[in-house]
Amino acid sequence: MNWRTPRTGGLALLAAVILLLPLALVNNYWYEVAILIGINAIVCVGLNLLIGYAGQISLGHAGFFGLGAYGSAILSARYGWPPAAALAATTAGVALIALLVGRPILKLKGHYLAMATLGMGIIISIVIVTEDRLTGGPDGMSVPAFTLFGMSLAGERVWYWIIGGTLVGAVWFALNLIESPAGRALRALHGSEVGAQVSGIDATRAKVGVFVISAMFASVAGSMTAHYSGFITPGKVSFFHSIELVTMVVFGGMASTFGAVIGAAALTLLPQLLTVLKEYEMVVFGAVMVSTMIFFPRGLLPSLMLALARKRK
Amino acid sequence: MSAPQPVAQLSVTALSKAFGGVHAVDQLSFELDSGKVHSIIGPNGAGKTTLLNLLTGVYAPSSGSVTFEGSDVTGLAPHALAARGMARTFQNLQIFFNMSARENVMVGRHLRERTGWLAALLRFPSLAAGERESRDEAAELMRFVGLDDYLDADADAMPYGALKRLEIARALGGKPKLLLLDEPAAGLNPTETHEIDTLIARLAQSGVTVVLVEHNMRLVMGVSDHIVVLDYGRKLCEGSADQVRNDPRVIEAYLGRAELAPC
Ligand SMILES: Nc1ncnc2c1ncn2[C@@H]1O[C@H](COP(=O)(O)OP(=O)(O)OP(=O)(O)O)[C@@H](O)[C@H]1O
Ligand SMILES: [Mg+2]
Repeated sequence: MNWRTPRTGGLALLAAVILLLPLALVNNYWYEVAILIGINAIVCVGLNLLIGYAGQISLGHAGFFGLGAYGSAILSARYGWPPAAALAATTAGVALIALLVGRPILKLKGHYLAMATLGMGIIISIVIVTEDRLTGGPDGMSVPAFTLFGMSLAGERVWYWIIGGTLVGAVWFALNLIESPAGRALRALHGSEVGAQVSGIDATRAKVGVFVISAMFASVAGSMTAHYSGFITPGKVSFFHSIELVTMVVFGGMASTFGAVIGAAALTLLPQLLTVLKEYEMVVFGAVMVSTMIFFPRGLLPSLMLALARKRK
Repeated sequence: MSAPQPVAQLSVTALSKAFGGVHAVDQLSFELDSGKVHSIIGPNGAGKTTLLNLLTGVYAPSSGSVTFEGSDVTGLAPHALAARGMARTFQNLQIFFNMSARENVMVGRHLRERTGWLAALLRFPSLAAGERESRDEAAELMRFVGLDDYLDADADAMPYGALKRLEIARALGGKPKLLLLDEPAAGLNPTETHEIDTLIARLAQSGVTVVLVEHNMRLVMGVSDHIVVLDYGRKLCEGSADQVRNDPRVIEAYLGRAELAPC
């Protein structure tokens, strides 16, 4: 086995970090932070497939996260579905929505695609806020605990392992995809769309496919968040959360699966660390972001890897 | 396989493409026989690249039709035409600079690979085996076009001449029946040009139909079985190298504007 490839070495390293991290998590608050990092990382790993690898922007992925969260919440709380079935049905439903929405909008490019996905996210957000009989509107709704084989899964420590395991799975899926013919097609589209097309790649099929997959990642993360926190509000469905997710991907490093994880970790952790600065928090946060993009223009991980490779030579 | 086809492999009928007021390709008709080297020549702006874009589906024609291997393929998308056996290279490189050289060639095999999403996400064992085969065949193709030195290179670290050949290797990845090359020798030094020359001859020998767009007349006259001369989007004349070379209209079109590449 070659431990230096991302699919073995990188995955093993991620698993080791997840296994050892509880040693440093001194109380429930830090468990909560770790879980939040994991949830954001799952979404970002999926979003990076779309943005970083296939080169297609989405400013609406918080919408898919929200559909996942509210789908699971509504099916289990209002209709009494078993949470596992609710999660499966919701993920399938979100995949279908992404397919139907993706087909027309992924024909657009650049700013137009950004606008279209932005609009999609806003519509989802509005529907969730206004359909208050089902969703509780702006006040949110409570969600029953996740039960599996009669066991109720609750508490930060349990969810730490569930989210950690899901993240490892998400990263494994992403790494597999990238090193497959389908993943190569996505990267080729990013490199030269016409070059990819004349090589036999159906650009629309490839873009819509990765859009659906990334939406499913976000939806699963949303479903899990709903059951983990037991209460959801439309806040996480907002346009701002979509921007936050894209920022994490770019910050960590586009076209790098582990970069997406690191971006999610850094930008989830940073505000927690900066709370001591009180009113200066946002200023310092902004300054860190700006200087990172100046000094690490490819994003955190790829820039560091490049510097490391140069040093070795 | 069936008996040799009596009809041409590719026939173009009254094909036209206008960009606003510019008739880049204008009422063009010709036929290309299977297994030969066909060249398309003409002064700058004659419409050669536009013609290639029409034939490979990159542009949709304003009017006219294209028939490939007996079926009407007018207006088909590039990937659909690739599936029918067309491949091409570009005058302005369309390399995947975000990938390694070998991966560029592997993309060229796309239509012969397992491209399902589920197999990819779960990395089915059969897929891993296919990947090994793909890497090996890509290396073989790179050696075939003379890229032995770049088997492990990143595309963005390769010189121009090598990238030109990388595009040819990628195009061959799909095992095309018809290969269209848009100025494969442009910007190459004489040695490299000579290598392209032998490469084209070898391709023709292997049974691939080659359509060559090229300004280097020595290359064109040496390898072509058949030449179509374009001027202002129209067909000026066609025929063998000798017929074309001695045609007064061709001499006029080129010398009239002093654009003939030195022979
Ligand atoms: N996408 C486009 N939009 C508008 N005009 C175009 C476009 N592509 C080509 N043209 C015009 O069509 C005409 C033919 O161009 P084309 O690139 O096909 O010529 P060419 O024979 O390949 O020339 P060269 O030898 O310089 O490559 C030119 O007048 C060009 O300006
Ligand atoms: Mg041209």
